[in-house]
Amino acid sequence: MKLFELVQKLGLKVRCAETHLQHEVSGGYASDLLSDVLANSQTGDIWVTLQVHQNIVGVASMKDIAGIILVNGREPNSDTIEKAEAEKIPIMVTEMPTFELVGKLYNLGVTGTKK
Amino acid sequence: MISDNRISKVQELVYEIRVGDVMQSDVITVAPETPMSQLRGILKKERISGIPVVNGDRLAGIISIEDFIKWLADREEDCSIAEKMSKNVHTLYADEPLTHAVNMFQLLGFGRFAVIDRQDKRLLGIITKGDIVRGLLKKLEIDHVEGEDIYRHKVSRFFDNILADQVVLLFQYDVAGHDFKHAGEGASRLKTTLRRLGLAPQIVRRVAIATYEAEMNLIIYTDGGKIRVRVGPDEILVIVRDSGPGIADVEKALQPGYSTAPEWVRELGFGAGMGLCNIKKCANKMDLMSSVGKGTQLYIRISTNDGAEREAV
Repeated sequence: MKLFELVQKLGLKVRCAETHLQHEVSGGYASDLLSDVLANSQTGDIWVTLQVHQNIVGVASMKDIAGIILVNGREPNSDTIEKAEAEKIPIMVTEMPTFELVGKLYNLGVTGTKK
Repeated sequence: MISDNRISKVQELVYEIRVGDVMQSDVITVAPETPMSQLRGILKKERISGIPVVNGDRLAGIISIEDFIKWLADREEDCSIAEKMSKNVHTLYADEPLTHAVNMFQLLGFGRFAVIDRQDKRLLGIITKGDIVRGLLKKLEIDHVEGEDIYRHKVSRFFDNILADQVVLLFQYDVAGHDFKHAGEGASRLKTTLRRLGLAPQIVRRVAIATYEAEMNLIIYTDGGKIRVRVGPDEILVIVRDSGPGIADVEKALQPGYSTAPEWVRELGFGAGMGLCNIKKCANKMDLMSSVGKGTQLYIRISTNDGAEREAV
């Protein structure tokens, strides 16, 4: 599943790096603890979080994450957008809370890592 | 010079890229017998200004918002779209170079062209000026990414020219304490540098994650410090030094989930007590030395030979 397909199917709003939505999403990870994401997410994951500060971009770029979805209608800070634009990491927003969004992602075939 | 090069690059691309590469193939169409009165709903719902009218899979015409407005203004009775659509439609073939599309837009001033198959004349998609711009940007972007490979090539050639029994590189990153704004920049610059050196992506990622966590520790807990990275033939050694406050109980600090981070730092998603564990996970060997009031030194060793197996852990 490509990022832009998720955007279309889930009605996500793209806040930055619109030209980088052709990335393949290979799985998903949901967490608000940055160290947890660094430790347990996989390259190519879509990351679901409510953190909006610019350090999420750093974490995403360290792990080569495909994109970030912010939940509960939270908007990225302006410096977050700036940094994400520079790092070419798409940030999308949704009104849905994490549980709803992850459920929908799962239904679309985006699954987590099976351990 | 640079801007001249870019112009010629775009000029080159409009000949190289085909109409079919940038068109939207997921097209909304209407049947010729659809009543005009339904058009408003379709245009509004899909937020588009023109729709191909399709009979079977053949293009019969195009109906646009202008046609609709004209129909409204003339206060005519409801009729089929077939009666009001433009029938003499200019089309483009999917295998034509983009430059033909650019010329057609310039020449005719239309907002969109239907794209059809050269052989069977089937409707394949629709192309707007926006699609052309997007297509070009995407292509330029891909070329930009390929530019990183050129860096890599240059760096490896540089190494070929060094005559020595052993080559060791040293990078230093200075980290200011409590500066969340620039947090992770050292690790990020290191990551780019190691990639350019042509190291395996798994190794680069492990070094970057370990360095990122160490950098965050400097920012959260200290007044700043230095990260030195020594890249040798078999091993990357990351040395992180600060001059205080030091860790009171090193053993506890190494336990997963143990943290002394203040609440506001935790709210940012940091200070979960996993940083040092993460570093350990990425490293082949990690040594932590600390004395309260004096400072902390962290040695992270990552072998450049066994990357692939370890990341799976």
